[in-house]
Amino acid sequence: MGDWQFFALLLSNGILIGLMYSLIALGFVLVYKATDAINFAQGEFVMIAGFVVVGFLISYGAPLWLSLVAALLAMIAFGFGLERAMLRKLIGRPIIAVVMATIGLAAVLRGLGPLLWGADTKPLVLPIGDEPILLEPLFIPPIQLVGATVSLLFLGLFGWFFLKSRKGIAMRAVADSQQVAMAMGINVERYFALAWAMTGVVSALGGVIWGNMLGVDVHLSLVGLKVFPVVILGGLDSIPGAIVGGLIVGVVENVAAGYIDPFVGGGTKDFAPYVVMIIALMVRPYGIFGKQIIERV
Amino acid sequence: MIHRECGVLKTTYEADMALYPLPIARWAVGGFAVLFFLVLPFSVHEYYLSIVNLVSISIVGALGLNILVGYTGQISIGHGAFMSVGAYTAANFAVRLGLPWPVNLLLGGLMAALVGAVVGVPSLRIKGLYLAIATLAGQLIIEWTINHVTFISGGVQASIQVPRPELFGVPIASQRQMYFLLLAFVVVALVGTMNLVRSRIGRAFIAIRDHDIAAEIIGINIFRYKLLAFAISSFYAGVTGVLYTYYLGIANYEQFQIVTSIDYLAMIIIGGLGSVLGSIFGAIFVTLLPILIRYAMEGFGGLVFSQGAVLNIIPNLRLILFGGLIIFFLVVEPEGLNRLWRNIRNYFRLWPFAY
Repeated sequence: MGDWQFFALLLSNGILIGLMYSLIALGFVLVYKATDAINFAQGEFVMIAGFVVVGFLISYGAPLWLSLVAALLAMIAFGFGLERAMLRKLIGRPIIAVVMATIGLAAVLRGLGPLLWGADTKPLVLPIGDEPILLEPLFIPPIQLVGATVSLLFLGLFGWFFLKSRKGIAMRAVADSQQVAMAMGINVERYFALAWAMTGVVSALGGVIWGNMLGVDVHLSLVGLKVFPVVILGGLDSIPGAIVGGLIVGVVENVAAGYIDPFVGGGTKDFAPYVVMIIALMVRPYGIFGKQIIERV
Repeated sequence: MIHRECGVLKTTYEADMALYPLPIARWAVGGFAVLFFLVLPFSVHEYYLSIVNLVSISIVGALGLNILVGYTGQISIGHGAFMSVGAYTAANFAVRLGLPWPVNLLLGGLMAALVGAVVGVPSLRIKGLYLAIATLAGQLIIEWTINHVTFISGGVQASIQVPRPELFGVPIASQRQMYFLLLAFVVVALVGTMNLVRSRIGRAFIAIRDHDIAAEIIGINIFRYKLLAFAISSFYAGVTGVLYTYYLGIANYEQFQIVTSIDYLAMIIIGGLGSVLGSIFGAIFVTLLPILIRYAMEGFGGLVFSQGAVLNIIPNLRLILFGGLIIFFLVVEPEGLNRLWRNIRNYFRLWPFAY
């Protein structure tokens, strides 16, 4: 295999994986956009969704479509409940409080998942096969193709939602200024709940796709660690940013792993995106598409 | 007037500036000194002393993190990594050059302070969430570096054995000897922190926490003080790492992963942000929690679950309780255990004459 073929392989892989990261990052962005809350438990949301799907598939022997619907409903309910029980009480508190509360939530979910569904790694089988599609010189695992397609679909869907639909415009108003939105007759709390429910939907999809890639166990939540470079690079409140950030992270980690890993013995995937992120933070702290915040005393 | 003041009745400047304005404070400090220096070490079993030692190590680390998060208002999710920097620096100096432990300790602390200050550089431009993620990046990058650079990690499973520390020619081997060593560090860290936060530097920290732009306008050099906060806090973390290394006899990066960073954040949140006493409460609470859960599950878990399941449940239960407590304290009592303690104390201030 030639040099450029190797590079093309890494690149194509990185793009597809990157789009799958975008899907998870989308969950983070949706919540931040609407409620200014920061979700450090995004990876755990994905893990719980994966657990629900395999729980239905394996333990109850339910068909796949039923498991998917169950996961979607469960995650929506979870998002609603979480907003009501925890995050509504933290509105107006310093940012550290919300960050720490979601870190605490992440710990709870990481403990709860294996406790309810068992600690062993469970396969999440989708009817798409795992024979890679060969397109000389590339070969593409079908799940990555499906994942990237679903990601693009939902990124487009949510983009349309925010730009055109009535509810989406209301949500942007809430994000812009909660007080003014309230004065305009928008039920702010309902839109907060809607944002968390939407995150639940995205996490459920992420759980299915990433669960199929990695298998469902507690380590699935580590996907959440990739969300931060993605959203920082793209901008915390931007949906196109999530796509671009995801692509950058996917490509960077694959190319870096392909070229550096043989020399240092692995692990480059986990830290290369963060190096890029640090550099980006120094140059453009609010991300590529993020909104620049001007502070006043 | 043995127990509480009922008005300001001071007649000399000496009385006004006294370290302990009330007799009861003096007695309490004396009582605690007797308890911790004489009663505790000679009355309990070595195993319990080893737990007390763990608490002591955590107290030093929690105090350091509280200087950064509680007093200066800069969040750090990288403290575990700063501890590992201290631990590996000390271990390398101990093994390669054979330096005595106090020198290693100092070098470990200083190295951690340097690394902490470098990780803290972005704090000038970014804050809040962005800073949290930048320090998280610091944690991951440092972890990876230590794990993959064999010059630092010593190669085999990234762990280095350190020789037992010696004091005046006596090797510190038993938990009881370790206890006295650690106690000295706890006292130094406590007094150091209490004096730091009431000094000019500490007041600058608090001003930055309360409003950094306003602090800059009244003439505080924010960049210098933010970096200083990171450096001091990381120095504490480095010392904690070195102490832990000598406690275990081995430097291992697995003890200083992201979970450790979160443990320490939990300590100061549960204990109380921006309070010295709170750091102590939090360190005690978070260190004892897993041990208490283990005892409880070994004692009563068999009633509900099968014997084999109990062992699997313990770590999960710990995570659940741990995260649940963080959320509980943030939602219900943001000022932590320290606030609860103050409430109790204020109640007894006037008791039994409440009106």
